[in-house]
Amino acid sequence: MGSLKIENVKKAFGPVEVLKGINLEVTDGEFVVFVGPSGCGKSTLLRVIAGLEDSTSGRVVIDGQDVSVTPPAKRGIAMVFQTYALYPHLTVKNNMGLGLKQAGTPAAEIDRRIGIASSMLSLEPYLERRPAELSGGQRQRVAIGRAVVREPKLFLFDEPLSNLDAALRVNTRLEIAQLHRRLKATMIYVTHDQVEAMTLADKIVVLNAGRIEQIGGPMELYNSPANEFVAGFIGSPKMNFIDGARLGETAKTIGVRPEHLTVDPKSGSWKGTVVHAEHLGADTNLYLDCEKAGLITVRIFGVYDAEPGATLYATPDPARTYRFGADGKTIK
Amino acid sequence: MSTATRSLPRTIGAHAILLTYTAIALFPVILVIMNSFKSRAGIFGAPLTPPTPKTFDLIGYTTVIGQGDFIHYFQNSLVVTVASLFFVLLFGAMAAFALSEYRFRGNSLMGLYLALGIMIPIRLGTVAILQLMVASGLVNTLTALILVYTAQGLPLAVFILSEFMKQVSDDLKNAGRIDGLSEYTIFFRLVLPLVRPSMATVAVFTMIPIWNDLWFPLILAPSEETKTVTLGAQLFLGQFVTNWNAILAALSLAIMPVLILYVIFSRQLIRGITSGAVK
Repeated sequence: MGSLKIENVKKAFGPVEVLKGINLEVTDGEFVVFVGPSGCGKSTLLRVIAGLEDSTSGRVVIDGQDVSVTPPAKRGIAMVFQTYALYPHLTVKNNMGLGLKQAGTPAAEIDRRIGIASSMLSLEPYLERRPAELSGGQRQRVAIGRAVVREPKLFLFDEPLSNLDAALRVNTRLEIAQLHRRLKATMIYVTHDQVEAMTLADKIVVLNAGRIEQIGGPMELYNSPANEFVAGFIGSPKMNFIDGARLGETAKTIGVRPEHLTVDPKSGSWKGTVVHAEHLGADTNLYLDCEKAGLITVRIFGVYDAEPGATLYATPDPARTYRFGADGKTIK
Repeated sequence: MSTATRSLPRTIGAHAILLTYTAIALFPVILVIMNSFKSRAGIFGAPLTPPTPKTFDLIGYTTVIGQGDFIHYFQNSLVVTVASLFFVLLFGAMAAFALSEYRFRGNSLMGLYLALGIMIPIRLGTVAILQLMVASGLVNTLTALILVYTAQGLPLAVFILSEFMKQVSDDLKNAGRIDGLSEYTIFFRLVLPLVRPSMATVAVFTMIPIWNDLWFPLILAPSEETKTVTLGAQLFLGQFVTNWNAILAALSLAIMPVLILYVIFSRQLIRGITSGAVK
């Protein structure tokens, strides 16, 4: 009840090609996250799925039906926007019910669904308020409620947490995850934040410059990135990339995640000086300027005392070192 | 900014300049209203003094109201202004929505073409307009005036409104599309309420020239039935004798409706003018 298939979708705005042939399959009940840097085409792809943009070529198939030319309201989708996009002149209740009313659903049924959605998102006390009288977090919950009420085949989220503050972002993220578990619905979620992608997704689609770089589960992307871009994009702090030639390796680039490096004050592979230390409590990020490897980041779990200027030796875990060829692809 | 408000000489200076300007701007209006309450001798004897018990006279107003038709002229002016305003705002907003919302070939050219009318005075086409109206049998009807004023007001309306409509959130319109609202509902229910301040701005800029116009009523609709207030006031301007009392009274009365409409729109207007600069 909610599969999606995208076949060779291309989209160009005039001479600018934003999507360069996207192929993707989403099975029923999956939580798929599109992630990538800004301008990579992830929002455009979502809009093509929603029917808000026409693709230049290619097909969008929802539940086995080609919807490439179907208007958005008839595609069985619901969308949550970054800027909430609530109707300013309607109460919370009418905001949630408008789509159903347009589709000619009986009033009793609309009320029943609004009741379920609002208790799920604890919106009951606000049903008669207007969007202007709600806080940002409440507005986004109303927007999510508006999507839930429609019982769509496909939920589309367009960076829904970007306008919320950090604490609220974590809460709402949790709510979306619970919502997915409860509704067992297919959800597609666009974000530029790889933490959101890692925490929510069953399947992550990494996009870059209008192409899919890799599709896979969060751990798959973390443990075996297909190329240098994915390796650098997934994981925080970012993976260290070191010129292979400087280390006497055959590969073009060597990649080591900050958490796969150990430090020792006396001996190790790469000698370096501490440039800066970030103490986060649970872990410590050290920036080392190494003679051989250049500037690298090391993530140490727990507290580690290191003064800027001190000399430390960093050693990579050989089993978790990545090698990339000249074309950027991972050498297995 | 706070330093400017704190320094006393500056405050006094700024207020002095503004008050002087206000006085200069209001002077003719006050002069007209003041003299409309005076007798003929009072107007010519001491035009700059306010009415005294000796010079106070309502002869101007009684002449104007006694003229009977004048109420009718007012009605004509009001019908023409309100109808033209309605069509300018409706069609202007619709064209602006199309220009700002839809990507189509020649979009920006079309926008430029529609805005061209701001720079070319419609009066250049008077002869052609008159021929057109004669051919279509619309001479001496209010419809003729409404059509011309709608055409005259549209360029500025399209130009201003399309700028404001570009600022309306795309997400909101898209949310409406996903909820199955028609493009008309999105336009009337979602977009129009959000650009209301700019609509008021356009309304004021459109309304005043229409109300004050003498040219087109004189050429297209000079009949007794279709005279507007400004044209009606000409009645008292003779080649040899001018009834100043009546003219001043008529002009004072003519200010009222515009003033009332302006007050209605003004709160929205200020928001409309500043909304681009201060968010």
